[in-house]
Amino acid sequence: MLTQDSYNFVLAGVGGQGTLLASNILAEVGLAAGFDAKKSEVHGMAQRGGSVISHVRWNRAQVFSPIVGRGEADVLLAFERLEALRFAQFTRRGGTIVVNEMEIVPVTVSSGSAVYPGGDHLEQAAATLAARVVQVPGEKLAIEAGTAKAANVVLLGAISTLLPLPEEAWWDCLKQRVPAKFLDINRRAFSLGRNAVKA
Amino acid sequence: MRRILSGNEAIARGAWEAGVEIAAAYPGTPSTEILEELSRFPHVYCEWSTNEKVAVDVAAGAAYAGRRALATMKHVGLNVAADSFFYLASTGADAGIVIVSADDPAMHSSQNEQDNRRYAQFARVPCLEPSDSQECKDFTVKAFDLSEEFDTPVLLRTTTRINHSSTPVELGERRETRVRPAKFPHNPEKYVMVPAHARKRHPVVEERFLALAFRAETSAINRIEWRDRALGVITSGVAYQYVREVLPAASVLKLGMAVPFPGGLVRRFAAGCSRLIVVEELDPVIEEQVRLLGLTCEGKAIFPLCGELDPTVVRGAASEAGLAVDRAPICVPDLDEPSLPNRPPILCAGCPHRGVFQLLAKKRVSVAGDIGCYTLGLQPPLAAIHSCGCMGAGIGVAHGAATAGIGERMVAVIGDSTFYHSGLPALANVAYNHSDILTIVLDNRITAMTGHQQNPGTGLTLGMNPSQQIELEPLCRALGIHHVTTVDAYDIKKLEAAYKALMATNEPAVLIARRPCALLPEVRAHWVALEVVEETCTGCGVCFRIGCPAILRSGKVDTKSGKPLALIDAAMCTGCEVCAQVCPHDAILTRDQIVPAEQGQHHACSVPAEVD
Repeated sequence: MLTQDSYNFVLAGVGGQGTLLASNILAEVGLAAGFDAKKSEVHGMAQRGGSVISHVRWNRAQVFSPIVGRGEADVLLAFERLEALRFAQFTRRGGTIVVNEMEIVPVTVSSGSAVYPGGDHLEQAAATLAARVVQVPGEKLAIEAGTAKAANVVLLGAISTLLPLPEEAWWDCLKQRVPAKFLDINRRAFSLGRNAVKA
Repeated sequence: MRRILSGNEAIARGAWEAGVEIAAAYPGTPSTEILEELSRFPHVYCEWSTNEKVAVDVAAGAAYAGRRALATMKHVGLNVAADSFFYLASTGADAGIVIVSADDPAMHSSQNEQDNRRYAQFARVPCLEPSDSQECKDFTVKAFDLSEEFDTPVLLRTTTRINHSSTPVELGERRETRVRPAKFPHNPEKYVMVPAHARKRHPVVEERFLALAFRAETSAINRIEWRDRALGVITSGVAYQYVREVLPAASVLKLGMAVPFPGGLVRRFAAGCSRLIVVEELDPVIEEQVRLLGLTCEGKAIFPLCGELDPTVVRGAASEAGLAVDRAPICVPDLDEPSLPNRPPILCAGCPHRGVFQLLAKKRVSVAGDIGCYTLGLQPPLAAIHSCGCMGAGIGVAHGAATAGIGERMVAVIGDSTFYHSGLPALANVAYNHSDILTIVLDNRITAMTGHQQNPGTGLTLGMNPSQQIELEPLCRALGIHHVTTVDAYDIKKLEAAYKALMATNEPAVLIARRPCALLPEVRAHWVALEVVEETCTGCGVCFRIGCPAILRSGKVDTKSGKPLALIDAAMCTGCEVCAQVCPHDAILTRDQIVPAEQGQHHACSVPAEVD
């Protein structure tokens, strides 16, 4: 558990994976918990299956920059394994990399011009950064909750265990953002994500 | 009430609170969400105009008639609207009028990173630069008030990190601000810009600009924050946030309105500091003005001219210049990952443009492209676009190349929304000057790249009300093109047949490749994942070369060739069947072979049966 006056989060993934919703909720949770909070993301061309990154910052006093510098993220929340590696440099020394156990093969790999890196690369990167790696089977747990699309909520559940806020603080923000008919699925997805890290 | 809003949501909220009644825009990242958000408020007429110039004209007409009006666009949209922006600067308007330019430093989704504060200087128009969402809201209200007080359009200039960052905002109430009953003014000396009137307006504009500069000296929008006087920093926009973070001890002059320039305020600030620096993104707009005052300052000598700033960049540069930064720059360890595979943006699985680019790549023709999702046709393995400059440029460029005598027939590709935006005059030119180029309109029935906005081809307005649908076929014929053929963009054989027939004409021709964007909700409802028959697949790799992200290399290999078999990602595949059509061994099952016929139908799409 991290107990600090300020938190920097970087969320990385592939366009279409639901990183934007997750970063919205993360910013709102921080604000509701009495932090100043800012969030930054990029829309448009990058979203067409490209690498995407968004930034969320909380501070008890005041957040100035909406973006997190390289080497300054307390938590890197990666929705995909290659993107975890690509954005690993944002993680601070001793930070945490929460990575979804998901591989989305980029066209550069499927067309044969590049090779998808093996699993040991992230461990090596984490060792260099003295960072802790938390693996979460996001899609598997989301399917268990009711739909693979709730993987982003599973991942939020996972990082919620790293932060000093009660579970209800997360749920209060989540339920305002997800459609009423998917409330149960998302509640389950969030709990499964929490338990995956606690266990 | 306090809420976390994006800069775009906050601008919309500010415009609404300021009593705006008319708003017009053409979608463009990072500005698009402003109008989408504003259209959800009551008592505001919002429209997608066909382009940014039209949007400014619409706003101008409404403001002439006495109603507060807004036009929003991305930075390059102001190039399209520049002619209108300049006459508007000359005429002013009876009611407040604000133009939002959302600049894109680092070109997250743009063809350049021009600094549109230059336009404000150029047209003698005040420019406000917010540095967070609260200021987006407050400055929008302020911009309308200034506009009315000084009888001038006001440029609200943001950047991507302002538009697409979300920060807390205190909400306010709407003010009704009607200056008078709506009426088109009969005041030709002010609103008819013939030379005799325009000559009288020019001194008015220059005097207005001086009066605004005087206001900039005293307005709370520009403020000095005195701290340690050893270092004084002049800054604006999002750069202010980076300065506060990285140089917390420095005194700061924060300019919310740097155009026109508050020279007296700057002199006062400079006199109180030992060392003066300017931190601004992109052009040295402030720095140049400081130097014109005869003051010594450092700006671009320390901080980069190109790309966007961020705390890491500012800290690194400031530290190197010997400034007292908050802490030493972090030395990010080298992770020794030189060969991570790139993940560039690409045409989505099921993208209806893929078939056209597959054809163009096969024909090895020269293709002048345009702005939209389909610009991604340049990516390997298709690599079928050879130029792309700005909205509407492709058709003219293709014709120009044809006049140069290149010995082949040029092809221009343009999306439906871009065609309505600025393709029409270019196509008229093709017909008028009897060019032999083939124009392919990639009609995916939506403005896709910016997130599915309506356009004149969809038959729906911004408010999703039914509207006049402007059909492409009669439109192209009316522009003087005799050879117009429409084909289902998913039908590879028909595409090629139509292409060949049109290329054989040696006359101006238009091929309309029609199929709705695969990401539209009504199309998603009909997605069917295709499957590879492993026994039939030989690993020949033809399907890999259409660049579909849903086609993967299987872990299994063909026993004869030893090459990997194809594998279709069921979560991504939409069932467009382009891969099944290019497969030389019929190793990919089609929709019909996977599900019963009625369920396997594509989303209905009207493609006229006529051929030429």
